[in-house]
Amino acid sequence: MSNEAREAVGDYKAGWHDPEQSTIRFDAGLSEQVVRDISELKNEPEWMTDIRVKAYHHFMARPMPTWGSTELLNSIDFDKICYFLRSGDGTKGDWDEVPEDIKNTFEKLGIPDAEKKWLGGVTAQYESETIYHSIREDLESQGVIFLDMDAGLREYPEIVKKYFCSIIPYQDNKFSALNTAVWSGGSFLYVPKGVHVELPVQAYFRINSENMGQFERTLIVAEEGSSVSYIEGCSAPTYSSDSLHSAVVELIAMPGAYIRYTTIQNWSNNVYNLVTKRGVAYENSTIEWVDANVGSKLTMKYPAIILKGEGAHGEVISVAYAGEGMHQDAGAKVHHLASNTTSKILSKSISKDGGRGSYRGMVTVSKKADNCKVNVVCDALILDGKSRSDTYPTMEIKNSSCRCEHEASVSKVSDDQVFYLMSRGHSEDEAMALIVNGFFEPFIRELPMEYAVELNKLMALEMEGSIG
Amino acid sequence: MFGMESYGLTIRPRMASRGRTRLHKVGADPLKQSGFAVAEEGVLKIRDLHVEIGGEPILKGINLTLRKGEIHALMGRNGSGKSTLANVLMGHPDYDITGGTVTLDGEDLLELAAWERARKGVFLSFQYPQAVPGLKVGNFLRKSVQAVHGDDTLSAREFRAELNAAMEALDMDKKFLGRYVNDGFSGGEKKRFEILQLMLMKPRIAILDETDSGLDIDAMRTVANGINASVDNAACLIITHYQRILEHVQPDHVHVLIGGKIVASGGYELAVKLEEKGYEWLEQEASA
Repeated sequence: MSNEAREAVGDYKAGWHDPEQSTIRFDAGLSEQVVRDISELKNEPEWMTDIRVKAYHHFMARPMPTWGSTELLNSIDFDKICYFLRSGDGTKGDWDEVPEDIKNTFEKLGIPDAEKKWLGGVTAQYESETIYHSIREDLESQGVIFLDMDAGLREYPEIVKKYFCSIIPYQDNKFSALNTAVWSGGSFLYVPKGVHVELPVQAYFRINSENMGQFERTLIVAEEGSSVSYIEGCSAPTYSSDSLHSAVVELIAMPGAYIRYTTIQNWSNNVYNLVTKRGVAYENSTIEWVDANVGSKLTMKYPAIILKGEGAHGEVISVAYAGEGMHQDAGAKVHHLASNTTSKILSKSISKDGGRGSYRGMVTVSKKADNCKVNVVCDALILDGKSRSDTYPTMEIKNSSCRCEHEASVSKVSDDQVFYLMSRGHSEDEAMALIVNGFFEPFIRELPMEYAVELNKLMALEMEGSIG
Repeated sequence: MFGMESYGLTIRPRMASRGRTRLHKVGADPLKQSGFAVAEEGVLKIRDLHVEIGGEPILKGINLTLRKGEIHALMGRNGSGKSTLANVLMGHPDYDITGGTVTLDGEDLLELAAWERARKGVFLSFQYPQAVPGLKVGNFLRKSVQAVHGDDTLSAREFRAELNAAMEALDMDKKFLGRYVNDGFSGGEKKRFEILQLMLMKPRIAILDETDSGLDIDAMRTVANGINASVDNAACLIITHYQRILEHVQPDHVHVLIGGKIVASGGYELAVKLEEKGYEWLEQEASA
């Protein structure tokens, strides 16, 4: 990495970029033709082309949301973004076949290493397409399908057709429409009845080029009584102009199934991260979203769970870190549609150096859902006077038998707290990092060890130079 | 450094002989006897220290010298400036130092940030220890000892052994290590935890700010034993309202702070006299 690049990147350690060597790069800008071209390039079935085109028209007609950060949203120049960029020549199943420069990128990020040590399967997406994919043989032999979404559509069109847009229709919001129109890559994960995937499977998303739009589409179906953990990590180089990441993730947990979806988002602060994530949980199933948002210019993301079957359980555990030039508008949505359903939301946010963290949450309990339990805790920590934290909680409880708990706190780091830690030999930065890591501890506890270590390191890095 | 056995609850021999001359006195140093000029180690010198907070003078010319192995008690009523002195010595940024010097072995302490002072061997047992939710006691102790001792840090195993011995001496349950630093601790638990840190960090200058307040007799005795086990290699300044803890941690010197000045210094008998007669006679003398 050149000195110049390092200067621009600052402390963001995933901020380097490799020379772009794309084999196909679409011109910037969006049109019906671009959408049709993407679909044709991928040899998609007609129904997929149709839904893309419909979604495109919906996107064009749909106004921008008037909440969150309207100023930042309205500053996105959709004509400047490249909607499709192919860097390799197809997905590889053997790491050695991945083009050298892309391999280097992921090796710097520690991806193949992690796979060897503790993962059940990996996909790595570079720009628009997945460039590497693997799954452990034992999982494959049990009928577990873990593919990139394009391959999923090619090889299992009937499953994809059944669930695609079933949880998040393209009309859901402007960005789900955009994603549906131009989606590329993402994961398709199918776990057959009764199969427990013991090791987590992971996807890693990397944007390398400037003004890139990454629109991955992920679909996870866990059949009856099965279980799986999926982890995604994201990073991008630091450029002076912005990139857009707009994913759609749909989860289906059949009766008694368990899905945990973990995200460690570490985009550089020139990436708009506008993501729609939603899962449906049937009888006695569990869906958990574990969501860490450390980077990006603007994140708007509210992982949602629809508790459709009796006894279903949903959890959304999230942390957001809003540093200089960042706005994290994150939160959770849970809809209790059936009786004896339970949910837990734990949200922790930190704002620093003028960053802005917002918790936006919604919990609804429908009239016919008896004996539901809702627990919401949101804590915000503000590290200095120029930063900001807001909370927008909404609760609509239409059934009086619901037991609902809601706690919210906003705190500031006190000088005395920092002094206490400094008196034990910790510099100001170290003291801040100890306080911040402590604040996040209830979240970190939920992460697999390797990710907890990684996130701790990331936070310590963000805390460096936080004072003076 | 003292070994594990010194964490035991045995009462130090010095308890039996009040006011006797301490063994470490300069003349006992063989190097000194042989005529080498050796800089004194572990000497904290406070000279004509003036401190204000928000423009209000709190300390008005403090002079005090603490030497390794000495226990000094600083007594005085609320508001006399005791805690200000403790905080200033540790390097709290809220105070304005308007005059005077503080040196440790000749080095200007006032130039250093709190964490640098800690690494030079200054330790403050806080009157009001701060909670850090989410930071586990065990992790905090290991990290802090590492920060303070740097390259001299014990191996994880040796540290664990010292930690276990110290916790046992302080009558602390192992479960303590999994709790969050001072979060939801009772008053007594906070004070024990401060002394546990004192024992593990082995400072050269130990300042104990009202470590005795809020402790029952048994807890006070335990805490006092912890202090006694730690002060052999340290200069110790015990700040207190009451003579009570001084029965267990017997000071070599007692100083009385009134209105930001040390108005009287003496031996242990001064503490006894204060307990009997209160501060009024000194206040009258000071204003006379």
